[in-house]
Amino acid sequence: MSVLVFLEIEKGSIKKTSQEAIAYAAAVASKIGGTVTALALGEVNTGELAKAGQFGASEVLHVADSRLNQENSLAYATALVQAVKKSAAEVVVLAKSGIGDAVAARSAARLKAGIVSGATELPDLEGGFKVKRSIYTGKAFATVALKTPVKIIAVRKNAIEVQEGAGTATVTPFEVSFEDKDFRASVTGVEKSGSDISLTDADIIVSGGRGMKGPEHWQPLLDLAAALGAATGCSKPVSDLDWRPHHEHIGQTGIKVSPNLYIACGISGAIQHLAGVNGSKCIVVINKDPEAPFFKAADYGIVGDVFEILPKLTKAVKGE
Amino acid sequence: MKILVCITNVPDTTARIAFTDGNTRLDKTGVQYIIGPYDDYALARGVELKEQTGGTLTVLNVGTGEGEQQIRKALAIGADDAIRIDAEPVDSFFVAEQIAHIARQNQYDLILMGRESIDFNSGIVHGLVGELLDIPSYSPVMKLDIEGGTARFTREIDGGKEFLQASLPLVLGCQEPIAEWKIPNMRGIMTARTKPLQVLPPVATDEMSVLERYELPPAKGACKMIPADQAETLIRLLKTEAKVL
Ligand SMILES: Cc1cc2nc3c(=O)[nH]c(=O)nc-3n(C[C@H](O)[C@H](O)[C@H](O)COP(=O)(O)OP(=O)(O)OC[C@H]3O[C@@H](n4cnc5c(N)ncnc54)[C@H](O)[C@@H]3O)c2cc1C
Ligand SMILES: Nc1ncnc2c1ncn2[C@@H]1O[C@H](COP(=O)(O)O)[C@@H](O)[C@H]1O
Repeated sequence: MSVLVFLEIEKGSIKKTSQEAIAYAAAVASKIGGTVTALALGEVNTGELAKAGQFGASEVLHVADSRLNQENSLAYATALVQAVKKSAAEVVVLAKSGIGDAVAARSAARLKAGIVSGATELPDLEGGFKVKRSIYTGKAFATVALKTPVKIIAVRKNAIEVQEGAGTATVTPFEVSFEDKDFRASVTGVEKSGSDISLTDADIIVSGGRGMKGPEHWQPLLDLAAALGAATGCSKPVSDLDWRPHHEHIGQTGIKVSPNLYIACGISGAIQHLAGVNGSKCIVVINKDPEAPFFKAADYGIVGDVFEILPKLTKAVKGE
Repeated sequence: MKILVCITNVPDTTARIAFTDGNTRLDKTGVQYIIGPYDDYALARGVELKEQTGGTLTVLNVGTGEGEQQIRKALAIGADDAIRIDAEPVDSFFVAEQIAHIARQNQYDLILMGRESIDFNSGIVHGLVGELLDIPSYSPVMKLDIEGGTARFTREIDGGKEFLQASLPLVLGCQEPIAEWKIPNMRGIMTARTKPLQVLPPVATDEMSVLERYELPPAKGACKMIPADQAETLIRLLKTEAKVL
């Protein structure tokens, strides 16, 4: 019996969200009595992959095919399905993300596996296999019982506490037979921002709204983010106005995040924005309006001018 | 070109969510329904492409009769006809099987969906449908152009964009800024009344999952206010009290 976990690689290392997925898989494995096998796709350094052991994987199946360096849900699903067969996995775990959901869906259809996306807790095995997940864009939860022999779970960030251990995973080269149709679309280009920390992977996010007044005033927010090692996000009007790139847009119609710490600067806290952040562990709101609705959803609040508060916070983080 | 747009009928983004019947059903009291916002983007782009290419556009909803208001709205926005699969959408697999069944009969060139539904937020129906039909699926797509049998599109990836090219047929999950939401005009509303809406029974599927119960998140504690002139104490509290730094 085993649990298979799909790894996402970013800049040569296992993404934080995938480290959490390994930890989640390890916790499931200890419940059902099995081991964790990870699947890594594309050219990645073996030493980096062995680090999957620190989070609880005992083996990494590695398909070192350069065609897989680029996200490709069709080919990734082909590899995943063959890895499920090879490892006799009963449970497949992925981090919830664009590519994670796509691979999970395509694999689920091939394996006839029940699927839950957005799991927020470990499964409850009392009388079945029940997974709690986020629904209504974070406004509620549902508990879903999976009825199939193979089960696929896409895990939301922060569903589980990660404890890093000292283990090392054995990295085994894995041959997958792909078909031409796995490479039906061609990627003609990629454009990535220079920012080092991805929004979905970040433990801390500093986010700005229309209260930041304009793109030329973003520096104090960027400074705090840099001091904290945080990713930067924004509200919808901010990306609509092109003050910040679209991929930073958080909320109902943007990215949903669940970091440890979300710091909202000059964001009013409209329900559509809250929908994207309500999974966060701790929310800090800085707004000059004491009546801003965001304070109702916050853990800590400061009523004041962002342009006065932000530099003070940056100083305090740097210990100046 | 034949286009299919799959729409959900979901509570408005501002709706307060509550449950009844021992947390097994959504409490629909006072809840306004809308076309899923991402589905609305898919529909808007679908209508533009249909007009450009002189094709046809069908909207499809898997759901009970309550969704017909949204289907009529989609017809008013520019869809030519509509299909409703008359069933409670029990899970993503069930929905995907229904969509795939209709698609097999009608051979669409392009199947547009939203990036995700806002009731279940799974983001998986497009992948499931793509696999069931053995055609590629991509999401989230933020720009789409069709030339001949080829689609050129932009997908949002972590921290950026990816530019792709693929032959039709395709399944795409859409998001902004693929098109501007369209508001039906009077003429659209009038013609929508006479456009065909077919109501079909669902095809049988295997039971993959069962929704056991709903629950609401625990109430949030009070917000701790920090005076602006002591802003720096926030950092200490985040370290020692909240333990998130
Ligand atoms: C279907 C739908 C989907 C939507 N999806 C999203 C979504 O995904 N994400 C999203 O964010 N929004 C979304 N919205 C929009 C949402 O309703 C709000 O309009 C939006 O979130 C407001 O953005 P904001 O808080 O930046 O701006 P505003 O509401 O204008 O708020 C600005 C805030 O800044 C404060 N402020 C001003 N100056 C200062 C200062 N010097 N110091 C401190 N504070 C200051 C003000 O008090 C105010 O609270 C959606 C709307 C709809 C209808
Ligand atoms: N009941 C449904 N009827 C029609 N289309 C649906 C239905 N449920 C989901 N979809 C489509 O699938 C997309 C993704 O949904 P989901 O996987 O639930 O997040 C939605 O944006 C819709 O386009």
